[in-house]
This record gives sequence, C-alpha cells and structure tokens, in this order.
Amino acid sequence: MKRILVGIKRVVDYNVRIRVKPDGSGVITDGVKMSINPFDEIALEEALRIKEKGGAEEVVVATVGPADCQQQLRTALAMGADRALHVQADGVVEPLVAARALLKLVEKEQPMMVILGKQAIDDDNSQTGQMLAALWNRPQATFASKVELSEGKARVTREVDAGLETLEVDLPAVVTTDLRLNEPRYVKLPDIMKAKKKPLETLTLSAIGVEQKQRLKLVKFEPPPQRQKGIRVKDAAELVEALRKKGLV
Amino acid sequence: MTTKVLIVAEHDGSKLNPATAKCVTCARGLSGAEITVAVFAADASAVAAQAAQLTGVTRVLTVENPANAHLLSATLAPQIVALAGPFTHVFGPSTTFGKDLMPRVAALLDTAQISDIMAVESATRFRRPIYAGNAILTVEVEGGAKVIGTVRTASFEASPAGGSAPIEKESVNAELPTYTRFVSVSAAKSDRPDLQTANRVVSGGRALGSADAFKILYSLADKIGAAVGASRAAVDAGYAPNELQVGQTGKIIAPELYIAIGISGAIQHLTGIKDARTIVAINKDGEAPIFEVADYGLVGDLFQIVPELEKLI
Repeated sequence: MKRILVGIKRVVDYNVRIRVKPDGSGVITDGVKMSINPFDEIALEEALRIKEKGGAEEVVVATVGPADCQQQLRTALAMGADRALHVQADGVVEPLVAARALLKLVEKEQPMMVILGKQAIDDDNSQTGQMLAALWNRPQATFASKVELSEGKARVTREVDAGLETLEVDLPAVVTTDLRLNEPRYVKLPDIMKAKKKPLETLTLSAIGVEQKQRLKLVKFEPPPQRQKGIRVKDAAELVEALRKKGLV
Repeated sequence: MTTKVLIVAEHDGSKLNPATAKCVTCARGLSGAEITVAVFAADASAVAAQAAQLTGVTRVLTVENPANAHLLSATLAPQIVALAGPFTHVFGPSTTFGKDLMPRVAALLDTAQISDIMAVESATRFRRPIYAGNAILTVEVEGGAKVIGTVRTASFEASPAGGSAPIEKESVNAELPTYTRFVSVSAAKSDRPDLQTANRVVSGGRALGSADAFKILYSLADKIGAAVGASRAAVDAGYAPNELQVGQTGKIIAPELYIAIGISGAIQHLTGIKDARTIVAINKDGEAPIFEVADYGLVGDLFQIVPELEKLI
C-alpha cells in the first residue's frame, strides 16, 4: 500500500509566552496550552492532500513522547490521518532518539515518504528529519515549499537562503516542511467524534528496540538578555538626526 | 587532547560564503584549537584560496569530485564522515546549507548535534537559543563524544583575512548515493547587499499592503546601501520573496542598523533581529511590540515617513 508516515511533536503552543523556571531547570509548562508543532501540522496537511489527490492510500501519523501526546495524535486523526502510532517515552527525547524510533516505524510501515516539520518550535533543533534520512540511507528534501510526485520520484522546491532550490529525489524519501507549503485545515466537530474510533497503537521505545540515550546534558536554562527600551522620536527629521549622531546614516 | 575543529565550507562554487568565516571565529573560541576548513567542490581552488586567508585557519582541505558540483547533503555527509575521524569538533554554519547537512553527518556518526551555537563556554559546553530565543540553554557534550554543531552566524563576527594556511588535496573513500539530484536554484539577482551579512537592513511588514508598496523600501534601502528584509506576514502575503524573511524560521541577522517598517514585532520576528546593534521602528500603532525592542521608535504613517526619510538622508 502507498503510505505516507507523518512525524508530529507535542509542543508548547505557538501563542504562549515562554517563561524560564526560576531554578533554571527548564521552562514552565505546567498548565500551559500544548499543540501539534505548527510545522508538523503542515506536514500532515501535505500528506492528506497527496492522499486526496490519489498519490497515496494511507496516512499514518506518529509521535515519540509521554502519554499526553495522545491528545495531539487524536487531533491529527481528526484532521484526517487514518491511524496513529504512539511510541511512549518520558523525559528528554533527543532528535537522534526520535529519528531512531521513526526508523523502526519506517521499517514496519514501509512508507513511500516520511513528512515532518522542518523544526519544532520548542527546541528549534531542526534535526530529526535529516537524521532519519541518514539512518535510513534515503534522500532528504528539507524546508519544502512545494512537493510534486511522479512515478517513484518527487520534485521538491526548497526555501533556501539564496531563494528557491529544486531537487529531484527517488522515493522513498524524507521531506521536511516550511511555512508556505500549505495552510493546514481546521478540524470540524464531527471529525473529532470520528477520530475517537480510529486506531491508535501504543508502543514503547524498548519494545521497538531503541535506547533512550541522552547525549547532551542540559546544564541550565536562562531568560535571554533584554534589550534596553529606547526612545520615541517625533518625526523623520528627529530620527535622521539621531541616526546621524550615531554615525549610522 | 588537542582540540581539532573541522569546518565545512559553504560556497557557491566560486565564492566562500561569509558564514564560514563566522564559524572560524566560533572555533577560535575553543582554546588551542587547530582549525581545518574542508572545501567540497568540483573545482575547489578559488574557494580554498579564500578560506586559506581567514585568520585562525590552520589548513584547508579540498575534496574535489564532479559529484560535489552542487552541495547536496546526501552526497556530502558520507564524505564528511570519512574525514571526521581525527577531529574533536565538526562545525557548519546555521544557514539553510548547514541546517540541512549537519544533522545528517551527526546521525551517521551516531552523535548528537548542537544547533545554533551562540556562545562557546568550553570545548564541550555551549549556549544556544531555544523557543524562538525566549530561553537560552547551556548544553554539555559528555563522555568525550565528538561535538557536531551548527554555528549561529549572527552571534559571531567574521574572522578577518590575513592568514595564509596551506591547502591540501584530499581524496575520500565513501560511497556516494545518487538518489538525490539537483535541478535548479532560482535566486533573484540583486545589486543590493546580501541580507544575511548587510550592515544595514530596511525591513517591511504586512502594513505595506502590497508588493508594489515595497518599492518605497527598496528606494530607501538603495539610498543608504541597505539590504531589504521582510516579516513572515509580508512574505506570506506575497509582498516579498521568501529569501527576504527575517525571524525564527527565516534569517537570523545582526546588522548595525535595522529599520522595521510597518512590522508589529511578533516574537518570532524579534528573535531574528535581537542581535542588531540599533533597531528603528516605524509603525502607526504605538502599542506594537516592536517598540519594546526599538532603540528609536517613530509612530506614524509609513507612507508619509519613508519618503520623507529618504529625502532627509
């Protein structure tokens, strides 16, 4: 079966203002709204659109994380994923561990494509997709803004520093999504009800044979240095004068 | 143990990208580091010569192969792994090139990666921004593992020219996959300074209202020799091309002067300009968050103020 695997991550919602814990051991997440990482929502949307156009027959969504992640998997099912895989893991899951776990799922599910967000908005690492592609020894097309499928291949347009780059990759391949690939759909109430009946399989890291190794020690978290508040100028002339004084124009 | 750093050069086949010189400065922060720059190319001579001049570089290795005519991560990663053996650190820039490539290298080496290194605390301890720069995390690599990292270019000055490191040809024994093929790259040709490295940046937001309106920014930018940037909202709306986007998911920049015009200042945008020396904000909404970080704020109609500025400067 032509299948797309989508990796998602549960993160602190986009709109939450992050605060560092006073003891520097992390950021405050208690009682904070959690959501699917926005880039991963775009990944799921792309998979669903490919399926709707007949390019795939099944969309499977997967995550690695604590029990609470099932909320986000249910949301993904409500968006339209056919089934969900939850690899349970508490504590820190580094990108390499997530990639190894996804590789195990890839071996089991044999997808034609894996789509993930280009980065998670919590740790901003931007690693998991590339690591999965490396371990799987398959092509990667990161920061995608357009994906076109043809027989056994994909043509992917990527947002790079210079502009737009187009790659052709053989399938199966890993794609990571940039912001402008698509606009994810809203979930409707009946879909939430339907999603409750869709299959959600729970696994553990040890059951799939992945060690939850932590290679980086998180020494401390700090708030960023604040910029000093500046001054208001009344018009363009005053602004130009101020910039001249500083030798900036 | 001697600290030996391998830096993967970013280039377009003829010119070394300035991000590489910033990686060198980051590596120079590791005490006693021997710094090697690796240039992968079809013909590496021009780029290698530029890399050899960077102060702090101990030597330049060139790996020439027709397969390296375009820098594809799937092709480069096994070659870097083949070179990485003797090195304690492997760095690349935190540009779209390095972000795409380095995790692939790290995974093949079974190593973690430190993304967006903004400060070096020791050979194994680094600081990096997380949550769009709303927290700074100090991480430590334990157990003598190789340190693989991407360097946040806005946090480091470019290492100046002045050196003359030896250039050595290297051949690597690695199986190179052919499952990824370069098709094309479309970049708007521009005589303006490059956004990533410009000293001055004029940046526009959604309030511009159209691609046509962006012309007043280009005009001001040309007057002061600035690059042009844009907020995500402006790029999403189609007012400016994607490569101009500044912010968490666009470019992180550190110009001397940043003029934000009609940009409200979402957290995700501010993270891209935090290191700018001087920030100017022009916005009709006096409550816009951009004014919280601006050194100079001017509340008013941008369509009136911007042409006025251009006239006065």
